[in-house]
Amino acid sequence: MIEAIPIQLVIMLVGLAATMAFVGLNAIVLVYLERKVAGFIHRRPGPYEVGPHGILQPFADGLKLVGKQIFTPKGADSFLYWLAPMISMAPAVVCFLVIPFGPHLQIINTNVGLVLILAFTGVNVLALCIAGWTSQNKYSLLGAARGVSQSVAYEIPLLLSVLPIIFLTGTFNLFDIATNQGSWPWQWFVVTQPLAFIIFFICALAETNRAPFDLPEAESELTAGFHTEYSGMGFALFFLSEYAYMVIAACVGAILFLGGFKGPIVDGWWWFLAKVYILLLIMIWIRWTFPRVRFDQLLNICWKWLIPLAILNLLITLLVIAL
Amino acid sequence: MAQENQGLTFPFADTTTDEPIVDIAPVRKILDICRAMSLWPMTFGLACCAIEMMGFGMARFDSARFGAEVFRPSPRQSDLMIVAGTISRKMAPLVVRLYEQMPGPKWVIAMGNCAISGGPFVYKDQYGIVEGVDTIIPVDVYVPGCPPRPEGLLEGLFHVQKKITGKRWWPLPQTAEAN
Ligand code: SF4
Repeated sequence: MIEAIPIQLVIMLVGLAATMAFVGLNAIVLVYLERKVAGFIHRRPGPYEVGPHGILQPFADGLKLVGKQIFTPKGADSFLYWLAPMISMAPAVVCFLVIPFGPHLQIINTNVGLVLILAFTGVNVLALCIAGWTSQNKYSLLGAARGVSQSVAYEIPLLLSVLPIIFLTGTFNLFDIATNQGSWPWQWFVVTQPLAFIIFFICALAETNRAPFDLPEAESELTAGFHTEYSGMGFALFFLSEYAYMVIAACVGAILFLGGFKGPIVDGWWWFLAKVYILLLIMIWIRWTFPRVRFDQLLNICWKWLIPLAILNLLITLLVIAL
Repeated sequence: MAQENQGLTFPFADTTTDEPIVDIAPVRKILDICRAMSLWPMTFGLACCAIEMMGFGMARFDSARFGAEVFRPSPRQSDLMIVAGTISRKMAPLVVRLYEQMPGPKWVIAMGNCAISGGPFVYKDQYGIVEGVDTIIPVDVYVPGCPPRPEGLLEGLFHVQKKITGKRWWPLPQTAEAN
């Protein structure tokens, strides 16, 4: 006798499909935005001729990458080599399951949402490590080493900057954290915790390997870092997962500090998307404004500034709560 | 010393690439259009012509309009090799290796007189310069000039697109139409 399929499983599968579509759509929009904004910052039009105002550009790029010759370097472990982009991509999809997009738009409402996101985004480091190790290329290996040390270092201030919010709300549930904040901008945690927000944002940039912290793929010294040897779809998957992690970072930032789906007049997913995209645009803006930092500078910022400031912020918050 | 037997010639690059897995006419046509519209060049310059290649990507000429501004540093991710400059004999094996490292389908633009034929460096008994990049790798489009202006390189890009899809996509400049 076949038991009835549990409703949870159905919701989960539908949710996974929906989040995959969301990730793909976001990647397309972000590729276009990134190139267009880069163009505007350089005072040039950016992609313009492929479709009206270049809107077909990401599709052309995507199809071209699908049509490229697939290549495995000589001497590489081809199983691990092709596993790496998938390990990088898969956790990103899972993270979207717990994000509350709107008051009634959340796939799984779990009370460990934030922990789940922080844990799954950490898996990306493993992907960088495998990609760098199996590529049989010195640039890949150096890029992977940098990626790992950077991610491990920045995980600490990231967690420390998230902790005050958890103490203030008393929950790991992303939905509850969002509903703990009011509808108007002065009721959001960014007002009470500005330092935590800044630290969180800097760490998010470093964790997603975005410029000015894109040392794992620094073009000037490491060719393309850990994905030097990946052509076609492997490269496209790494690209996709980078954008997916950017979106996750922006989502978490919007929920923790900007009130999530809460907004003036009517709450809803529109406020959430607007906040996420504002954060993403700031990330793109930072990328095209600042030069890349050196590696010692990167670690100095982390160990000498961000961690002490985050601990200080945490202690002050605890003191205020205790009083 | 004898001038012969110094190993100054280079073998021609290995041009084999994998056959496409799916090779149906309509799919191929769409893919070709996509390839033509997103030709990512390799970050790779050999001499003075590379300065004009940088101009080709910058604000005034902006190759981004045609989807060709993503200069990829890794040959594995690039589609177009712009040989911009003089190829010295020391550099020639590296040019060949970079070409062989690019996954197919790939195209090559020989930019400037040096890359086309050796340019100003061709004289009797010269020993340091490869006279024309087409002696070591296959070339699709030649852009003459010393150096060619960025408009010239853009025109070269359009010719690569024409070569891929069999159709010119953008209008000709007015002076060319008048002739
Ligand atoms: S063609 Fe002229 S400008 Fe170009 S590399 Fe040769 S000498 Fe320099």
